[in-house]
Amino acid sequence: MPTLTPNSFFLFTLRFYFLFLGGLALLLFPHPSYSQENPYIVAYDHNLEEPGSLEVEYFSTFGTQRSGPDFHAYWTEFEYGATAWWTTELYLDGQTTFGESTIFTGSRWENRFRPLKNEHLINPVLYVEFENTNGADKILKEVEGHDAESDYALPNAAARRDHSREMEFKLILSSNYKGWNFTENTIATKNLSNEPWEFGYALGASRPLAMKGAAHRCNFCRQHFVAGVELYGGLGDRYSFGLNNTSHYLGTGLAWNLPSGWTFRFEPTFGLNDNSHQFLLRWGVSREFSGFGSMVSGLFKGHEE
Amino acid sequence: MKLYQFVIASVLLFSGLVAVAGPQASPNQHEKESVYAELKTAPEKYRERANPLANDADAVAAGDILFEEHCEECHGKEGIGGKKAPSLRAEEVQSSPPGAIFWILSNGVVRKKMPVWSKLPEPERWQLVSYLKSLGRAAAESKSPAKP
Repeated sequence: MPTLTPNSFFLFTLRFYFLFLGGLALLLFPHPSYSQENPYIVAYDHNLEEPGSLEVEYFSTFGTQRSGPDFHAYWTEFEYGATAWWTTELYLDGQTTFGESTIFTGSRWENRFRPLKNEHLINPVLYVEFENTNGADKILKEVEGHDAESDYALPNAAARRDHSREMEFKLILSSNYKGWNFTENTIATKNLSNEPWEFGYALGASRPLAMKGAAHRCNFCRQHFVAGVELYGGLGDRYSFGLNNTSHYLGTGLAWNLPSGWTFRFEPTFGLNDNSHQFLLRWGVSREFSGFGSMVSGLFKGHEE
Repeated sequence: MKLYQFVIASVLLFSGLVAVAGPQASPNQHEKESVYAELKTAPEKYRERANPLANDADAVAAGDILFEEHCEECHGKEGIGGKKAPSLRAEEVQSSPPGAIFWILSNGVVRKKMPVWSKLPEPERWQLVSYLKSLGRAAAESKSPAKP
């Protein structure tokens, strides 16, 4: 029988705490708001969170592993629209490697800024993220440098001893044109230890299944479904930039945006070369709550007459 | 810094940001006027655009549903104005050409909390314009004297 060490007790408590927070959010905020989300799981577009809204998201990745056991990695996101031009997010990551263990693998704090006031044909968004993860992190939220399937074969017990603190920067260039969204993300990552800059990319295209809203209320109307495709991979590092020894993936996704505020995403993803996992099954569920910012800021401002 | 210390610090920082950057209370008169003034900044080529769904019998009903889903939280029920955003029944909005309203929906007023709605396909934005314009007609009809 496994012993419960203080550390494992802490991690169990932490996971329970964040599950509790997610559940509490569902109970506390009776104002879910409809969100029109794209099906991307890796790529970002230029559409930011509405100001004052909180989106609570859960994502899962089931991954095959040729030189080791398959895994199920997952993360929770708390995405908040601080202003109409700034969105901030907190991520908590974990994973289960079948036949090994379930572990908490780290957290990330991400910020996206929209520098231009108006909508243009191509809209830039600047992305800055700080990651504090361990070597067992398998969420594959982005692929960069020379990331390869074999990196994920190390047993959890050994991999989790390796800690990594990284700054990640992205330039997101995205367009909405005739109902389509096209997006391109250029990724540059710097491990804060003495390691070189690493690079990666993500491309995406998506479109709702209907362009017009229906004149009646419905959950299954075509305008609530958005289909898309995304392609992402690594581009080497500062000393060996290019496609050599890099991994690449192609995913086809579908998002179902329910009027009740829930969004479901589903994306089967296929590795495109020998360095990639052969197959990833990714899915996610999220719910957007409007009025979260007003509620929290109200706590600090006293009662308004 | 240990992992759990980082997580706790991140949660505290995130909560602090939400508290500091949370939307303010009801827009004051100056804020309302400055948001309305944005309608006048719409480029001429947009102002001249006619609503392609002006004669679509379903556009107002569909726009009503879209308004409820995306806009009502800030602009209030049927656009009467809310805690975070001004009334859309105001003269400044109702007298603006449909193309100017479409332009504001497409570009937002991001420095004044109005998000960009270009993620909605163009026909849905025009449906919203149809609905917003119908609010002005409804108000005018309710003010006109009853027929004998």
